[in-house]
Amino acid sequence: MNILIFLAPAAIFMGAIGLAAFMWSLRSGQYEDLEGAAHRILIEDED
Amino acid sequence: MALASVETSGCPSGLGASGVQERARDVRAFVQHDSGADRLELMVEGASCAGCIKKIEGAMLALPGVRDARLNLSTRRLRVDWAPGALEAQAIADTLTRLGYGARPFDAEMAQRSVDAHGRFLLRCLAVAGFGAMNTMMFSAPIWFGDDMSDNTRTLMHWLSAVVAIPCALYAAQPFFRSASKALLGGRANMDVPISLAVILTLSMSIAETMQNGAHAYFDGITMLLFFLLIGRYLDHSLRERARTAARELLAMQAVTASRVGADGVVETISARDVEIGDRLMLAAGDRAPCDGVIAAGVSDLDCSMLTGESLPVTGRTGDAILAGTINLTKPITVAVQARAENSAVAKLARLIEAGEQGRGRFVRLADKAASLYVPLVHSLAALTFLSWFVGPMLLRMWGIEASDVGFRIALQNAVAVLIITCPCALGLAVPVVQVVATGRLFKRGVFVRSGDALERLASVDMVIFDKTGTLTLGRPRLVSKPDADVLGAAASLARASRHPLSRALVEAAGPGHVCAGAVETPGEGVAGVVDGAPSRLGKRSFAAPEAPDSTDGSPELWFAEGDRPPIRLVFADALRADAAEAVAALQSRGYAVEMLSGDRESAVAAAARAAGIVTWRAGVTPAEKTAYVERMRSRGLHPLMIGDGLNDAAALAAAHASASPGAAVEASQAAADIVLQGEQLMNVPEALEIARRARARSLENLGFSAVYNLVAAPLAAFGFLTPLIAACAMSGSSLIVTLNALRMQLEKRPAA
Repeated sequence: MNILIFLAPAAIFMGAIGLAAFMWSLRSGQYEDLEGAAHRILIEDED
Repeated sequence: MALASVETSGCPSGLGASGVQERARDVRAFVQHDSGADRLELMVEGASCAGCIKKIEGAMLALPGVRDARLNLSTRRLRVDWAPGALEAQAIADTLTRLGYGARPFDAEMAQRSVDAHGRFLLRCLAVAGFGAMNTMMFSAPIWFGDDMSDNTRTLMHWLSAVVAIPCALYAAQPFFRSASKALLGGRANMDVPISLAVILTLSMSIAETMQNGAHAYFDGITMLLFFLLIGRYLDHSLRERARTAARELLAMQAVTASRVGADGVVETISARDVEIGDRLMLAAGDRAPCDGVIAAGVSDLDCSMLTGESLPVTGRTGDAILAGTINLTKPITVAVQARAENSAVAKLARLIEAGEQGRGRFVRLADKAASLYVPLVHSLAALTFLSWFVGPMLLRMWGIEASDVGFRIALQNAVAVLIITCPCALGLAVPVVQVVATGRLFKRGVFVRSGDALERLASVDMVIFDKTGTLTLGRPRLVSKPDADVLGAAASLARASRHPLSRALVEAAGPGHVCAGAVETPGEGVAGVVDGAPSRLGKRSFAAPEAPDSTDGSPELWFAEGDRPPIRLVFADALRADAAEAVAALQSRGYAVEMLSGDRESAVAAAARAAGIVTWRAGVTPAEKTAYVERMRSRGLHPLMIGDGLNDAAALAAAHASASPGAAVEASQAAADIVLQGEQLMNVPEALEIARRARARSLENLGFSAVYNLVAAPLAAFGFLTPLIAACAMSGSSLIVTLNALRMQLEKRPAA
């Protein structure tokens, strides 16, 4: 069971990374225009 | 495939409604000057697909000096940044108009307030609760399923859970704590009081339990509970926020520009907010008056339909009063301002509407009704549980029955278990999820629902009152007499020189053609010019054919006199919407009483009522009488749905149990309406009512399910059979079931018309 000392923090750390990533995406305005984002993938880059 | 290679007007895929307007509005007053960059934000009408994004952003970036252009498809806002001085702001609006989109400036200051801070806060709480729920679950799964786990390992798992769950729960429960403390300070109790209490008690009890090596720690349950509750809370919030944003946008767009004539005769463009009393404003043909005032110079036809609902214009002469919202049709006039924009008659009316809406606040939402029954019940049950376990054994002994004390700890544990298991998890989701699904469905059909309680009010409607002009009809006159083609063509060539609604109706009937060169319009009278070598007149009887007999039926008319030929009378009528009769029939067959109230003449109202199949109607009703009528119906215990479009309907809309207005309605009416119907179809009304009724049925089913769940779960907890595993399964299971039941609405077929 000693492995828990290593595994438990590792698991929490990975979860925290996911949480931080979500917070970042929220702050950088990625949820401002969900409809536009769905359409923009259809636009071809010309350069 | 290059999406925007074909130069079409407006949306290249044809999905967007046409936003074409005749000329771009003056946007210069709305440019924001930041350090090192000028910025303009515009509402774009008619944009709806990837092609639109590419077309608009491409065209903007091609303008000289433009650094960045971004179209937000969700809010329909276009933001353009450019180097100061490199570009005339008007070029942006002109480009949009040329591409076939409508461009409306709006007051960025007002729109700025719409940044949804609370929504983001809820999302952050939701994310933290989600993180907490997942990670606590990771430590709980071994406890649930590891049969041979020693007590020490279990306590270690509990401590690990606590490390994650306590900070997460305290952070994520903030919205509930705040709302509960606000309610308690106000001397009320809401759904958030038991939630907050459950969170605090559960956390404290679980910590105490862990310290004593006990098994009853609910760290997993409480984070999961918060996660589900926050989902419901966020859905509810985003629904309200969408409605609020729409209302704010309407207000922001009302900010129009004004052309002020300076002392030296120079005309400058300013924002309507900056107009002062005593200013002289230039009002060109086609402009909307930004403030109340009097006409200082000039004669013109004025379209007051926004204020009176009357579709035909009146003639304004020097000295006549002119109200904000009036559109000048024919000749430029100068207006002396008598009140600032925020003190205009329209603005005052908007405030009246707000007052009316506060009266509507008496309506108790379904979820709140459930909460007011539920909260005292649950809390008494928890208290009873505690007392029974704590003093119960003592009482039993007094009756001579053998019983041993269980102690304070077990009694408290079971009482808290009752609070946890009955925590309104499914109840918090039951109604919002249904409402989100229902409004989403209606939105796709072009029906915009302003709030969740609007949907609930729609469901209890039992009578429908229509306004005539602009609601049951299109609000535009249409030519009904059938003159010869050459006469029509000749009259239309004169009519093309005028903006008068009757002239336009004539042009519409005649189709494309040339305009009579040198035609002169006399405001309030008609148009005169030379057509095919013959001097001709088109206009009022007194203007074009003074000798002709007076007509008696009072229908809108134009007289056309060409050379020496006898004058011809052209009669107009306001046409019903194509599906008006069908919609009325559909409403009647579903048991709604359908009535019509109109400020128009009796003969016109009777004809429209006959055509639409409405039996009960009233003509010549003033706005105050409309409101009084609606209130009388309500006092008789009926729940009227008022549908109207004019400013004259706005007060009645606000007074009605529920209200709707067509998308072409004036801003004030849309602001007062619960639902806004886009497009020209009235069939959306019975459909919206049908979906609202189904949504209520679904909500009641969900609430019923929650009640049954609590009836089973609460006794289980009260008798001490609850374990952390059962709590977790029961809570997530019940949330899942109410959500799936709500989503069932998405699968249902369109109601048969």
